[in-house]
Amino acid sequence: MSSKIKDATIPTIPFKARLSRWFGRNLLRIYMIFGFTYLFIPVAYTFAFSFNDSGKSNLIWKGFTLGNWQNPCGAPQICDALGNSIKIGFLATTFSTILGTMIAFAIGRYQFKGRSSSNLLIFLPMATPEIVLGASLLSLFLVFKINPGFWPTVIAHVMFCISFVVVTVKARIASLDPRLEQAAMDLYANELETFRRVTLPLVAPGIAGAALLAFSLSFDDFIITNFNSGTLITFPKFVYVAAARGIPAQANVIGSSMFFLALAIVIAGQLVNRKKAR
Amino acid sequence: MSITLPKVRVPYLLLFPGFAFLFTFFILPIVNLAQTSTQTPIAGGDTGQYEQTLAFSNYVNAFLDNREQFARSFIYATLATLFALAIAYPLAYAIAFKSGKFKNILLVLVVAPFFTSFLLRTIAWKQILGEEGFVVPTLRSLHLMGQQTTITSTSVAVVAGMTYNFLPFMTLPLYASLERIDPRTIEASGDLYANGLTTFRRVTVPLSLPGVVAGTLLTFIPAAGDYVNASILGSPNTKMIGNVIESRYFKIVDYPTAAALSFTLMAAILILVTLYIRKAGTEELV
Repeated sequence: MSSKIKDATIPTIPFKARLSRWFGRNLLRIYMIFGFTYLFIPVAYTFAFSFNDSGKSNLIWKGFTLGNWQNPCGAPQICDALGNSIKIGFLATTFSTILGTMIAFAIGRYQFKGRSSSNLLIFLPMATPEIVLGASLLSLFLVFKINPGFWPTVIAHVMFCISFVVVTVKARIASLDPRLEQAAMDLYANELETFRRVTLPLVAPGIAGAALLAFSLSFDDFIITNFNSGTLITFPKFVYVAAARGIPAQANVIGSSMFFLALAIVIAGQLVNRKKAR
Repeated sequence: MSITLPKVRVPYLLLFPGFAFLFTFFILPIVNLAQTSTQTPIAGGDTGQYEQTLAFSNYVNAFLDNREQFARSFIYATLATLFALAIAYPLAYAIAFKSGKFKNILLVLVVAPFFTSFLLRTIAWKQILGEEGFVVPTLRSLHLMGQQTTITSTSVAVVAGMTYNFLPFMTLPLYASLERIDPRTIEASGDLYANGLTTFRRVTVPLSLPGVVAGTLLTFIPAAGDYVNASILGSPNTKMIGNVIESRYFKIVDYPTAAALSFTLMAAILILVTLYIRKAGTEELV
């Protein structure tokens, strides 16, 4: 009905004007499509070439196969590398999430002497390029005659993940409504109970997000790992070394799987959040 | 408002384990790096053996020998940061204001590419833009590109790779600060007869500045120290300071020079960052 009236009152808009108006209105949407296409081109390429029947060097399309997906450990060393990365990722995530969450609560919840220098100490590792973090830690290990390897890599990862955990959890703490805690106290919950039953559940999504971030930073790290892992091979190191002679398609299989897995976790998290909100 | 615990010690107890860790594995290594940077080789010693001699000349030599790579690192990182800002701002704006109920999904999609190993994505770009990819032959057959010109192994490819790889670091803080803008401030600006562009320039952009500052820092800092993009997408002519530090450590076993270079890089970045934050904090950039 209303559209008919509109048509009657504005009978003829020239096509060109309509087109330009449509563009004006949808410019940002069009831009978004281009932006996301750009972001996903290499991901799509990696996924597509995971089906390439390529043999050892996955450079040119040679034909479709499911073989790489059926046998992801087919390339030598690749699953050892993956296993190492997962182990390091879990350990680094656990330690950095615990340490970082404690710091976040201290900074986010208390006024104390040295609070601003604490913030600085958290900011500094993020403001230091990875290569400096990696190189300086390696120098320290060399001084103490500690050989680079598995545990030095875990330590290095915990070190650079802590700051990111603190920042993420702190943001969540800052966004909490303080009245919720006051209400709990008004209802005669003591501090520990308030923390356990009100504060912690409210901050939990932030902690989960921080842990996911820490894991993905650790899993994907190459520069710091390269300095501190010695002969230990992680997945990014495997890819970097293999890149010189062409990476096997199994690496694409693993990269794509990680992508879908992470996507599934994030979407599941969002769904849980939405359910809780309801 | 915070929970008031009787003991003032609580925050310190919470801080202690994490800070002890950071002191041991972040501060101490940096101090040690400063020491290493002034060492010289032991006369008659093996490769990789050094003694403390307070040779500050290491810094002069390290800098003079690698001026070009230093300059390149800062130019590439600046360019990549600017491109990332130009690409990410409209994207973050669109997600924050124009995506309606798809907001959360789009936000996930911004971070999603980040989950495929960053090396795999960089190598994917190399192959897409390389001789055997489809872009170069197409452009050549359309005569938009010379037969001898290439995309990979150039500084363009390195900067493009860095722009791409650090894009999520730019988009997320921008989104966070745009999303926080109270829509009533934008309405108010319209009520005061500002047109869309003026509102954007005088209201939206200034209010999103914290995100711009955070995003540019999170992009510039890793970009300046990066060497992976330069070694995968570049050539010996696009070496950055990260490449030099890496090869000093692993190929030449020249720890003092590597340490001096690392220290110079860190100091340069910290000075730039401090100046930048001061400027962004006190003056309006618009």
